[in-house]
Amino acid sequence: LASWLPVVGLEIHAQISSNSKLFSGSQVQFAAPPNSLVSFFDASLPGTLPVLNRRCVEAAVMTGLALNCSINKKSLFDRKHYFYADLPAGYQITQQRVPIAVNGSLSYSLCIDNKMSQMVTKTVRIKQIQLEQDSGKSLHDDARSQTLVDLNRAGVGLMEVVMEPDMCCGEEAAAAVRELQLILQTLGSSQAIMAEGQLRVDANVSVHHPGEPYGVRTEVKNINSIRFLAKAVDYEIQRQIEELENGGTILNETRAFDSRLGCTVSMRDKEGKQDYRFMPEPNLPPLILYDAKSLRANMNHQQVVNIDWIRERLPDLPSVKRAKLVELYGILPEHSFTLLNEDGLAEYFENVVKHTQMKPKKVIGWILNELLSFLKERALEVKDSPVSSFLLADLLNLLERKEISSSAAKQVFKELWKGEGKTPLEIVKEKQLELLQDQEELEQICQAVIDRQEDEVGAGMLG
Amino acid sequence: RLHPGQPLGVLDGIPVAVKDNFNTAGIETTCASNMLKGYIPPYNATVVQKLLDQGAVLLGKTNLDEFAMGSGTTDGVFGPVRNPWSYSRQYKEKNPSKSHSENEDSKWVITGGSSGGSAAAVSSFTCFAALGSDTGGSTRNPAAHCGVVGLKPTYGLISRHGLIPLVNSMDVPGILTRHVDDAAIVLGLLAGHDPKDSTTIQDTFKPFELPHSIDIRKLCIGIPKEYHVPGLSSEVQALWSKAADLFKDAGAKVIEVSLPHTPYSIVCYHVLCTAEVASNMARFDGLEYGHRADMKQSTESMYAATRREGFNDVVRGRILSGNYFLLKENYENYFVKAQKVRRLIANDFVKVFGSGVDILLTPTTLSDAAPYMEFIKEDNRTRSAQDDILTQAANMAGLPAVSVPAALSKRGLPLGLQFIGRSFQEKQLLTVAKWFENQAKFPVIHLEDMKRHDCSDFQHQKSVSSL
Repeated sequence: LASWLPVVGLEIHAQISSNSKLFSGSQVQFAAPPNSLVSFFDASLPGTLPVLNRRCVEAAVMTGLALNCSINKKSLFDRKHYFYADLPAGYQITQQRVPIAVNGSLSYSLCIDNKMSQMVTKTVRIKQIQLEQDSGKSLHDDARSQTLVDLNRAGVGLMEVVMEPDMCCGEEAAAAVRELQLILQTLGSSQAIMAEGQLRVDANVSVHHPGEPYGVRTEVKNINSIRFLAKAVDYEIQRQIEELENGGTILNETRAFDSRLGCTVSMRDKEGKQDYRFMPEPNLPPLILYDAKSLRANMNHQQVVNIDWIRERLPDLPSVKRAKLVELYGILPEHSFTLLNEDGLAEYFENVVKHTQMKPKKVIGWILNELLSFLKERALEVKDSPVSSFLLADLLNLLERKEISSSAAKQVFKELWKGEGKTPLEIVKEKQLELLQDQEELEQICQAVIDRQEDEVGAGMLG
Repeated sequence: RLHPGQPLGVLDGIPVAVKDNFNTAGIETTCASNMLKGYIPPYNATVVQKLLDQGAVLLGKTNLDEFAMGSGTTDGVFGPVRNPWSYSRQYKEKNPSKSHSENEDSKWVITGGSSGGSAAAVSSFTCFAALGSDTGGSTRNPAAHCGVVGLKPTYGLISRHGLIPLVNSMDVPGILTRHVDDAAIVLGLLAGHDPKDSTTIQDTFKPFELPHSIDIRKLCIGIPKEYHVPGLSSEVQALWSKAADLFKDAGAKVIEVSLPHTPYSIVCYHVLCTAEVASNMARFDGLEYGHRADMKQSTESMYAATRREGFNDVVRGRILSGNYFLLKENYENYFVKAQKVRRLIANDFVKVFGSGVDILLTPTTLSDAAPYMEFIKEDNRTRSAQDDILTQAANMAGLPAVSVPAALSKRGLPLGLQFIGRSFQEKQLLTVAKWFENQAKFPVIHLEDMKRHDCSDFQHQKSVSSL
């Protein structure tokens, strides 16, 4: 429906990859026994005070730099109040007034028409990144009318990344989040595994007619995967368009995505708009960050976070890695996307290239077609591939040296997948797939065949 | 340990008491509230740990106003604390029973608050020193009423880790002792950076001893004119003047100064205090610890019942006020405004101390301790507003202040005077306080029921440092 412009913004919570929590020394660990990683502070025992975790600050600075943000040399902590069983103190410590990083951008790419042949680059503005505490987990046991509360996650450090409403559909939202995920994983600031709750996305969706002001937006929560993100956003856009076309109105509400039904459902908020009664956190002084210029010799370097020091040590971001792959190996940009999209695939590819005479431009075909499809079929990750990069390199060498044909090579590859420990050469010998190179020998064989079966014209059975 | 000369520290074997809003591991900590009745903390407050590491003997946890809200130590669940001076010969002489039938018991006076239990403990010789807390005067006020020294250190000097907070941006652990020298000793043991409290300063603290002979001639004492408040009793007024003259006659420069924003401090304090209270009390929901109401309908109803049952009216009133001020539509006009006024109040002090004044001299309380029956005729809020007026500006500005017993009132009850110093200049502050203490020669309490001891033993009580 061309007359509607959908507008999508995202609020992404990424769990910081650190040994201990944001304000206390208890450990951060997934799936530990309930309430086994809870310090006195996490349980909100009276009299306990927050102490800021340096690693979490560094993670946020790294992420801010990678997203082209301005890092605020002075940022502040605030309390956001609401009552809930998984929020022991009755407030969350967050950064509402002055967050640690602002005004950045993220570039991501999409394929046009799903063809992987034409990629277009888009940018979404990053409004801010703020440090805040994660809450615990509540499990509602309706059968026994009780709620079970696990505080292991309470107090774990989060980076909330706010993306401006520059996106227009589910695909864009998904691609932006995917790219953010790759960046976080490359930096190591978050493992960003959505299935483990390390990356949570809320989508803000609205629609309007071109030239008119933005429509009322809804917030969609409870999205557990990137695939579902795209579905949820597209569904919500459609729902809003239909509602408005039928003369209805859109409520400024929170909706949950139901992955089974593939739709969004209203989470009717009984109290209406929440007033969080923000207040500065009095137990934490302003967070001051330094750079090479403001750092003084007499400062205790253990107590100081130096932005420039962190900037100098940033690893190559995905966009840089892709560009390098394209330049080094002459592969297509869309190939570089796929390489980086699968964990370990780029390294696998590079290792094969290293150990084979076959040109990278040809190797990439094997990686993206043969290897990847076998992996996907069996739902395997690159690291669990029964065919190592060395084995594949050996196979490709045989092909390159014209010792086997390409169809034979595919057969060998299939055999290798059985993971029986045979080398490509062994399989070739076993199945007699060698190509004969010697011209004379070939002639002799052909003659023999012709002699044996005089009335057989016979297409090249050795071909 | 003392015999072979291997004491753990200066306080080894010395009895101390701790206000019941400091966490003590394995020992019930209630804040005089039903919310924490039976609550046994799993850790010690840093200051408690420091005392115990010294070998100090914890005699007990002392009574307070519930969650330290109050200026009389009359509003805790364990009931009010009686000022030991109520039973002193000095008080009884001035207030003889009019008739046989008149209940002597009805004339007892309050200790002031909210650290009344700690002040009473020290005043009645049950311990050498006690910890209190000071948010708006809660250590200095009862010190003045009970005739003991009450020190409020600079904010950020002593760790608040383990002190159950009232107002995080103003609370400090307070020290109550019978002599200024003793307060200096305890300060030396407690002060210093605590990594568990991010609001403590990083600088290394150097414990000090106060000099024996003190020359105050180079000092400049400031008398803030705004502290001549309407409710100030003529007695206290006169005592204050007399003290000022004392300093003048000894050669110090004594001048009148102005802290112009003083009149706004009570209202400003009310807004900021209630806002932080509302926030700090949010954790008391009955889920993790403390009282939990027997209400199973829903989580919300459980919260509501728990908080209704657990908190007294004073606490609940402050929570409601505080939440009101923190509402989005009110935040700018109340909370932010109050923060700005707080800055102005703090700047008043900066200006005065920057103009050559070393120490400020003011009264601590409006008058001597009121009889309990009189005191409870007004509500907690009214009383607090009245009684905090001379003490809470120091909390707003984070400055160190000490109340020193000065003289007995006409009714035979203690009157104290307050000294306010520059940030982190406790040594200078206590030196001046000690000089004054030596001049004042405040009498020892003669407790009638102490039949086993000759009170004269205590008249020349030496401080621990000379043992």
